[in-house]
Amino acid sequence: MDALTDVDLSALWVSLRLATMTVLVLLIMGTPLAWWLAHTRSRFRPIVEAIVALPIVLPPTVLGFYILVALGPYGPLGRLANLSLAFTFTGLVIASVFYSMPFVIQPLQGAFEAVGEAPLEAAWSLRASKFDAFLTVLSPIALRGYISAIVLGFAHTLGEFGVVLMVGGSIPGETRVLSTTIFEHVEVMEYGQAHAISAFMLAFSFLVLLAVFILNRRFPIHVS
Amino acid sequence: MSRLLARFNIRFPAFHLNVDVDVPMSGITAIFGPSGSGKTTLLRCLAGLERAPEGFMQVGEDLWQDESRGYCLPLYERPIGYVFQEPRLFPHYNVRSNLLYGYNRISPKERRIGMEQVVDILGIGHLLERRIHKLSGGEQQRVAIGRALLTSPKLLLLDEPLASLDLLRKQEVLPFIRQLHEHLRIPVLYVSHGLTEILQLADRVILLKEGHIVGTGTLNEMFTALDFRGQLGPHRIGAILDARVIHHDPQYGLTQLKFNNHSLFVPIQPVPVGQTVRVHIFSNDISLVLGHTGVPTSILNILEATVVEIREINQSSVDVVLDIGTPLVASITRKSLMSLGLKPGQRLFAHIKAVALNEELVE
Repeated sequence: MDALTDVDLSALWVSLRLATMTVLVLLIMGTPLAWWLAHTRSRFRPIVEAIVALPIVLPPTVLGFYILVALGPYGPLGRLANLSLAFTFTGLVIASVFYSMPFVIQPLQGAFEAVGEAPLEAAWSLRASKFDAFLTVLSPIALRGYISAIVLGFAHTLGEFGVVLMVGGSIPGETRVLSTTIFEHVEVMEYGQAHAISAFMLAFSFLVLLAVFILNRRFPIHVS
Repeated sequence: MSRLLARFNIRFPAFHLNVDVDVPMSGITAIFGPSGSGKTTLLRCLAGLERAPEGFMQVGEDLWQDESRGYCLPLYERPIGYVFQEPRLFPHYNVRSNLLYGYNRISPKERRIGMEQVVDILGIGHLLERRIHKLSGGEQQRVAIGRALLTSPKLLLLDEPLASLDLLRKQEVLPFIRQLHEHLRIPVLYVSHGLTEILQLADRVILLKEGHIVGTGTLNEMFTALDFRGQLGPHRIGAILDARVIHHDPQYGLTQLKFNNHSLFVPIQPVPVGQTVRVHIFSNDISLVLGHTGVPTSILNILEATVVEIREINQSSVDVVLDIGTPLVASITRKSLMSLGLKPGQRLFAHIKAVALNEELVE
């Protein structure tokens, strides 16, 4: 089996940066959205839930196509940034945020629904402000939801292919990630290198899921 | 004496709460009523957890809510202790950290109630290092009460804190609620639909029905009033009195109690002189005697009383409402009523055949 080349290593680096950025953005934006979905009685809730879940069923090329158009120089996001975001790392992060959204939002929403408002009300009655109560009571009780969200969001972003190809192209060092690198290797019949990266991703994904299931078992949610 | 004033008008899809509360900030006030009468909703409004669109609330001099000016103090800025129906302890902390959660969030000069005192009153010293899910229901509820007390609240709101407990656990927690009030002097609003609990704990009752307050008064006034008579089964209440122990007589095995210048003798009680005990008299245990009794009698407890009102009960019996400084209700036969010729304003003597103390009433 051939060793990984510099190009492969830089793709690994891009992949890790992309996944980390995507998960961070989704945690910050997704927490309030998941909280809203868990507790709202609004009639818009099913519509928002459907939009959040869309990337699960949509062909990545469809999602990638629309994001590409939006990011381009004449698209709304491209105009906002006053330049084309297509085929850039930033553009890739934006695309990944949409693509991995359900994998972060849904575990958080589930955890918030399981925890309910009761512990928060108790915390407020003990003089904790809303932010304080969120940090010291809700987040720890919903910890399992956060771990699932982080792990699934990270792993899913690492594994994306169609959207990355549509939006990012495969520019080494900028938008070439592991999954597209495998494709490139296969295109030129470098099966050994494709195998090395594939095996790495297979092992990584398995270990990540194993960790989630073990953590779930070790730290179940106790709702009193 | 400062007062709690509150007006709430709030509509839900299937329920409408419209109340006007005015109670002194002292003692234990029970919010009593059947399930679905709005007791918990009222308590949540008082805490600021439900925000009534037409709401007003003032505690002593402090304004907590005035919706006419769009003002509502959030719960975390109100000096309230709230104990929910379920303990709602934080599972990721142990008992000690749960107790200290609120304590650490008030300024040191506000801390009138300390850890030792609370642990002592609630008997939870041996639990401090335990995880929450290792506690029994009664222990959890005691910790929840302690956690609320450690915020040194000016007002304690208890929402059926015994509802989730079985009878044995109820007996475990009930005395603590009485004690904490005796020791800490925090006014308590206590939601319950359990009559026994209220008879044992409350000084005052707010009676709720279908989202409206149908009566407010002292425990004795409320439970001797007509509205309650139907609910009490065969043991109808004659009076519920808080009397002070003034003397023990070991020779005859009697304890002498005093209230409103009246004396009562009960079998000797292990209660120190000067302490107050709650006394229950059932209406069937009272007989009425006209004129001063030169007649010797075996009855020890004889109270001078004035007839206030005669209430029809059924074909054979009537209730005579007496004034002994507070209402006292005697159930007598219609035949006796006729032969004595009782009418309002008349002075007479009530012979009390039996007196039950609070502790003996426990189901």
